[in-house]
Amino acid sequence: MTVNGTRYDRDVEPRTLLVHFLREELGLTGTHVGCDTSYCGACTVIVDGRSVKSCTYLAVAADGADVRTVEGVAVDGTLHPVQEGFWERHGLQCGFCTPGMIMSSVALLEQNPAPGEGEIRHAIEGNLCRCTGYHNIVRAVEYAAAKMRGEEPPAPDWEVPS
Amino acid sequence: MSTTSVLGGVVRRKEDPALIRGEGLYVDDIKLPGELAAAFVRSPFAHARISSIDVSAAIAMDGVHAVYTADDVRHLGPVLAQVAVGTLRPPLADGAVHHIGEAVAMVVADDRYIAQDAVDAIFVDYDPLPAVVDLKAAAADEIQAHEGVSNVLLAWSGQDWWPGVTDELPDAKPAIEEAKARDDTVTVSLEMVNQRLIPTAIEPRAVLANWHAGYGSFELWSSTQIPHALAGAIAKIFGLPSNKVRVVAPEVGGGFGLKLNIYPDEILCCFASKELGRPVRWTETRREAPASSIQGRGWVGTATIVGTRDGRILGYELDAICDMGAYSQNFTVAIPLLGLFVAPGQYDIPTAYTLTCVVTNTPTTDAYRGAGRPEAAYYLERIIDRYAREIGMDPAEVRKKNFWQPDQFPATTAVGLTMDSGNYAANLDALLEKVDYEGLKARRDAARAEGRLVGIGLSSYVEVCGFGPSALAGLGFSWSEYGQPAAFNGSGVVRVNPDGSCTVIIGTGPSGQGHETTWAQIVSDQLGIELDQIEVLHGDTAESPFGVGTFGSRSLAVDGTATYEASARVKDKAAAIAAHLLEAAPEDIRFADGGAHVAGSPDKTVSWPEIATSAYQPHTLPDGMEGGLESTAVFSPGNATWPFGSHLALVEVDPDTGNVEILEYWAMDDCGNVVNPMIVDGQIHGGIAQGIGQAMFEAAIYDDDGNLLSSSLMDYPIPTAADLPSFRLDRTTTPTDVNPLGVKGIGEAGTIGSAQTIVNAVVDALAPLGVEHVDMPLRPRNVWQAINGARG
Ligand code: FES
Ligand code: FES
Repeated sequence: MTVNGTRYDRDVEPRTLLVHFLREELGLTGTHVGCDTSYCGACTVIVDGRSVKSCTYLAVAADGADVRTVEGVAVDGTLHPVQEGFWERHGLQCGFCTPGMIMSSVALLEQNPAPGEGEIRHAIEGNLCRCTGYHNIVRAVEYAAAKMRGEEPPAPDWEVPS
Repeated sequence: MSTTSVLGGVVRRKEDPALIRGEGLYVDDIKLPGELAAAFVRSPFAHARISSIDVSAAIAMDGVHAVYTADDVRHLGPVLAQVAVGTLRPPLADGAVHHIGEAVAMVVADDRYIAQDAVDAIFVDYDPLPAVVDLKAAAADEIQAHEGVSNVLLAWSGQDWWPGVTDELPDAKPAIEEAKARDDTVTVSLEMVNQRLIPTAIEPRAVLANWHAGYGSFELWSSTQIPHALAGAIAKIFGLPSNKVRVVAPEVGGGFGLKLNIYPDEILCCFASKELGRPVRWTETRREAPASSIQGRGWVGTATIVGTRDGRILGYELDAICDMGAYSQNFTVAIPLLGLFVAPGQYDIPTAYTLTCVVTNTPTTDAYRGAGRPEAAYYLERIIDRYAREIGMDPAEVRKKNFWQPDQFPATTAVGLTMDSGNYAANLDALLEKVDYEGLKARRDAARAEGRLVGIGLSSYVEVCGFGPSALAGLGFSWSEYGQPAAFNGSGVVRVNPDGSCTVIIGTGPSGQGHETTWAQIVSDQLGIELDQIEVLHGDTAESPFGVGTFGSRSLAVDGTATYEASARVKDKAAAIAAHLLEAAPEDIRFADGGAHVAGSPDKTVSWPEIATSAYQPHTLPDGMEGGLESTAVFSPGNATWPFGSHLALVEVDPDTGNVEILEYWAMDDCGNVVNPMIVDGQIHGGIAQGIGQAMFEAAIYDDDGNLLSSSLMDYPIPTAADLPSFRLDRTTTPTDVNPLGVKGIGEAGTIGSAQTIVNAVVDALAPLGVEHVDMPLRPRNVWQAINGARG
């Protein structure tokens, strides 16, 4: 498979999960594990353009696929607008859900460049965050969406009285 | 809200660049050569004797290095607790199990797959006993959760709960009874459940222990909020000086109190590593987390108010049974005590209370975000709403009528504690103005007229945090069980390095709260060193000064203050050095723009690298001055801090499904001075989300046999992005004089203010139907039943 643009050829046990392959075989520990029921989304990566939960995806199923993880979204050291949005709008606290959130958001914005708040909330519904209450994650995605459309992002909350 | 000053201004977090690139290192991301994996055999019964354990098949498996049971680890003693009241937890169940999921045996194997296979090959014979789950049954004490031991641990009650401090309190009971007997008063009561919760940090706990036989020392990585306490505990258990135990809490993926305990797995991984001479790792699975970590809340109680018909409260009573679970862990019995601290809330009202701590055959309860204070706020603010409705008065008016007034501070409350500062009516008024309360009520009434179920909920709260005075640690318990100082001090080291950069090392560490950024702002504000030249280190007991940890919204008020004081001392010394270099008087030295200059002569400057270089070359210093540019400060506050606020929600209930929609949520919090408004708002957002989680979704549900029916994230639904609205925040600012920064703490406030705000709103929406109360969580089914029950 190709991971973040690099081709890897490996023999894996049939029961190896994609998340374990990424973390243990390739040392890409940015993809996290937060549950065992495919529920939390901490393990979200993008496979052939679609966000998937890599804890319930066998590594062999990604044979020949194009896999992107959080380590691969910045280009030549320049943050992806979604990463920038999370930083600029305080979209993370402990950071554990963040890689998965970022990947779901990247996948969303590749399909829908101008999502409304409801669409953003729906798109990240499968990614649990216990720290932020999602408020600033939504702001982060709005920031990124504007940036990717070449527009000025909405002003941060702390500059506009609510 | 935004300012350009470093202190009080928004700056992007220093923590984030690594985390958004996936480069943050959590315990599970750290690998050691030769490490082994641990897994646990867990009890399928809530209460049973263990008649035999057969490990022979497991130990014979390829790749299995050891299987341990109670016989192997009994000598380690129980898991240490700071408040050691009640039965402490054995590292592995010893003769009997007392809750579902209790660890009975530990397997150590080459990897976790083999370890899990070996767990399945261990056969334990249980002899089941009746389980105590229901709190009233536990209090009745007819069946014991631990055979032959009373379920009732203690009751926080009466005038002398803090011997020597509060025994002078007047007994509120007689006056309350007298008020009830008067015929011009109203008495309202509600029995309510504040249900058990599973804290659910998204990062499960993880442990990696490594014994170095040659050095006679442990290294232990753990996802913990209390690295120093953990190091002290491990040292004590293994008979080592604490400097032979290095605990590292790297990135911690959320804490919320659940990582504020010493856990058996931490002790057992150390034990196994020492036995086997290899590093040993354990990573909690989500499914075992409800039993392998602590849970929170779990009260059943009755709140009563007696008051006049014009809204003057003459007495408040809280009588609750509080679930401790099966064992006492770190603070277990002290959690209701924290609730008692704030039982009278923002009100100057006679208060009587009995909080009975009982043992049940369920996993241990301990601190979960808010820890006792959300429970207390819930009972009080629910019954005030009930009282307001009974006398037909606006709930905001009732609250205002009973608030402490600003000129009464410092105010000694009905439970005998003194609150630092408060301006409650102004805070509530600011909220009501912000939401256009009258307009909102008109909107609600118009919707009602159309037959819609729309409600407004309001709650005020006061929090006690920033622990705190050392004396609080001397409540008469064995607080020194860790072999640690029985105190709640904070500490910070500020060092200007020879190149002019600055290293700050703190005794407390973040699990998402942004300590690195906030502390850098404090130091930068003092020294005028750029934020990107300041590095904040934490979480490694080998390098950081002793600190008690991150909990009780205490880090900024206590350890932050220590860092502020350390930087003030560094600044004084730097001023003396700069004065020497510039041939000026120290009092004329000003710091700005990366260096120092002489007041009135902006061109007479010396840079931080020049000052620092001189500091490390003692021959260039003023006569007699010691070299170096570093200070360590320890801060011990004279009081806790008392943040407060008011929250308001507008909800709509679907009469056909019982579904609750939050239309608007506003919060007006007051945590004193604010260092970084962006971070403070983020803390409030997260706190509110957890309070709404309790109000609407979450419940740890046990059947009569003590089986947990909600052990996965599917059955224990924490809020998703689609469940919550955007929040509308603002603040008032009432500084404290407990610390020189004037800061109070904000980690838990959102949680303390929110659950009852939602329930009050839903009950208001259902009030036209005659509904007086619905217990949490307000899942559609529960609300639907309340609607249909009321409709008959
Ligand atoms: S780890 Fe939770 S969904 Fe994959
Ligand atoms: S930032 Fe901690 S779980 Fe989302």
